[in-house]
Amino acid sequence: MDLAIIVAIDFVYAIATLALISLGLAIVFGMMRIINLAHGEFMVMGSYSAAVAVHHGVNIWLAILVVAPVAVGIIGVILERLIVRNLYGRMVETMLATWGLSLFVVGVLTMIFGDITEGVPTPLPGIRIGAYQTSGYSLFVIALSVATLFGVYVILRSSRLGLLARGTMQNAEMAAALGTDTSRIYAVTFAFGAALAGLAGGVLAPVSGVFPTLGGSYIGRAFITVISGGAAPLAGTASASILFGVINQIATFLTNPVYGEVALLLTAIVLIRILPQGITGRYLRGSL
Amino acid sequence: MIAGVRPNWGLVTVGVLGLALLIGLPIFLDLFGLLQVTLYAIFGILALSLAFIWGYGGILCFGHSAFFGLGAYTYAVAVINIGESTGALLLAMLLPAVLAAALGYFMFYARISDIYVGVITLTLTLIFYNCINSTAGPAYHIGDALLGGFNGMPNVPSLNIPFLPDETLEPLGMFLLCGALLLIVYFALHGLLVTRFGRVLVAIRENEQRVEFLGYDARLHKLVAFSIGGALAGLAGCLYVAWGNYVSPPVFSVVQSAQMIIWLMVGGVGTLLGPVIGAVAISWLTVKIGTQQVVNASVVLGAVLLVFVLLVPRGVAPMVTERFVPWLLSLRRAAVARREIAQGGKA
Repeated sequence: MDLAIIVAIDFVYAIATLALISLGLAIVFGMMRIINLAHGEFMVMGSYSAAVAVHHGVNIWLAILVVAPVAVGIIGVILERLIVRNLYGRMVETMLATWGLSLFVVGVLTMIFGDITEGVPTPLPGIRIGAYQTSGYSLFVIALSVATLFGVYVILRSSRLGLLARGTMQNAEMAAALGTDTSRIYAVTFAFGAALAGLAGGVLAPVSGVFPTLGGSYIGRAFITVISGGAAPLAGTASASILFGVINQIATFLTNPVYGEVALLLTAIVLIRILPQGITGRYLRGSL
Repeated sequence: MIAGVRPNWGLVTVGVLGLALLIGLPIFLDLFGLLQVTLYAIFGILALSLAFIWGYGGILCFGHSAFFGLGAYTYAVAVINIGESTGALLLAMLLPAVLAAALGYFMFYARISDIYVGVITLTLTLIFYNCINSTAGPAYHIGDALLGGFNGMPNVPSLNIPFLPDETLEPLGMFLLCGALLLIVYFALHGLLVTRFGRVLVAIRENEQRVEFLGYDARLHKLVAFSIGGALAGLAGCLYVAWGNYVSPPVFSVVQSAQMIIWLMVGGVGTLLGPVIGAVAISWLTVKIGTQQVVNASVVLGAVLLVFVLLVPRGVAPMVTERFVPWLLSLRRAAVARREIAQGGKA
């Protein structure tokens, strides 16, 4: 029984991390049709923001939940203005530019912090479940992931900004004709996606440690989740995270984490053959 | 000259220059220089393989290092097991071609968009990298070949003259082979592009739907082109390992893929010569950056990619042929005109 709870927590944790690392990418892709290849580096910048803040005596919760997303959100605003804005409507060029950005950021982080791993302390103790012990922080990550998905849903569904964003997503020209400043909506959306990436990076920093090339270990899974999920950012992220989280965990249990990723990729390739528009291209159509 | 066939002076120039370099470089360069130029030739072949599938096939392959790395590791494993390089070289082209065909089936027959192709190929190379990185230790071996994980595989035998395992190629022979292969691949791809297959491929790049309405199977054409590109990248990988006698996981890395993209962006997507020049220039640049400690190579590569995407999106080669050459011609015309005016003034 205790073992079953532990295993269940592992599964839910895998799903929650997938959702957390993919959500920022999915928002930007779903709203703007841009795949941000620098997404992994946005996360790493979040991790470093949190790490630096903690080393300067900032409370760890503040560093993870406020400093990381705000810092990366601001960076997102700047980069949107400098780079992404010049390439709207040219998806391939946008991908190439964000790829260049990703290399650039990795290089700059290596120059500043060096090629070493910085630690961030885990703020929660372990929890005993019967004869076993699990990490309390895992439970926090799960709760935060659910809260974030719910928060984004509420913002998109109920706020005026969310309404304008959804309108722009559905028909940008019509939204512009009705007086919406669509380029501002895009800027806010990109910054919001960046902030979510920063949050994910900050939250996962205590688990993973922080080093300049950390992004590479996230983006594969994030890309797979987002393209398999399809255009609807929330429903797509949630459904694809559940599917791939389960597959990843099963494959990891049977073999090792590396083959877990291989199983993810193979599933995604087969899935994309059957559902070229992603899961939400066929099911849950019209959802957020 | 055959009637109706117009000599392409650009191609003739490249051929003559290429042959001249092939003969001349070994005479003028010392051993180190020769080794360096051999590497540039290998990267040139790699650049051509991507230039073909991206620039002409319109296939957005962001993970080309997957095929390069697979060719490299296939050669290393096969040559250690077989003890002779001919079969290993062929396998190193065959395996990436098969992988490309299998992946291409899933991607092109699902008719997914360019962005998805880019993301899936990029993910492929990410996962290859993680996989091969985790194969350290004696448990991971294929036949006699230890995969070595992040330590890589040292002491991989060089290429030998076909079926004579003891006649290995010295640096000079290796340079002549790689240089000749570069020229052969360059002209073969040019030849391929003027066949019916090549014409249809370029048409697909321009408008896939229209080509399908005309009755061609765009998916199959892309699949074949992708396999050819995979095989050529595998060839480059094989030569790369035979050149350095060493292979390690970074052949699969995202940075390696990004470098290839940068070669094309700098040289010009949609040309064959541009990417080769881009490959030589960027490889030379990375070697130069490696000799100093101030700036990180990633920073420079990322900045180069950003600058080219934002400011020179079509690359250097189209700029030269479309801007610089007409500008030179206009200068000459202006000079002629000035001379005429001056002479007119005297008379």
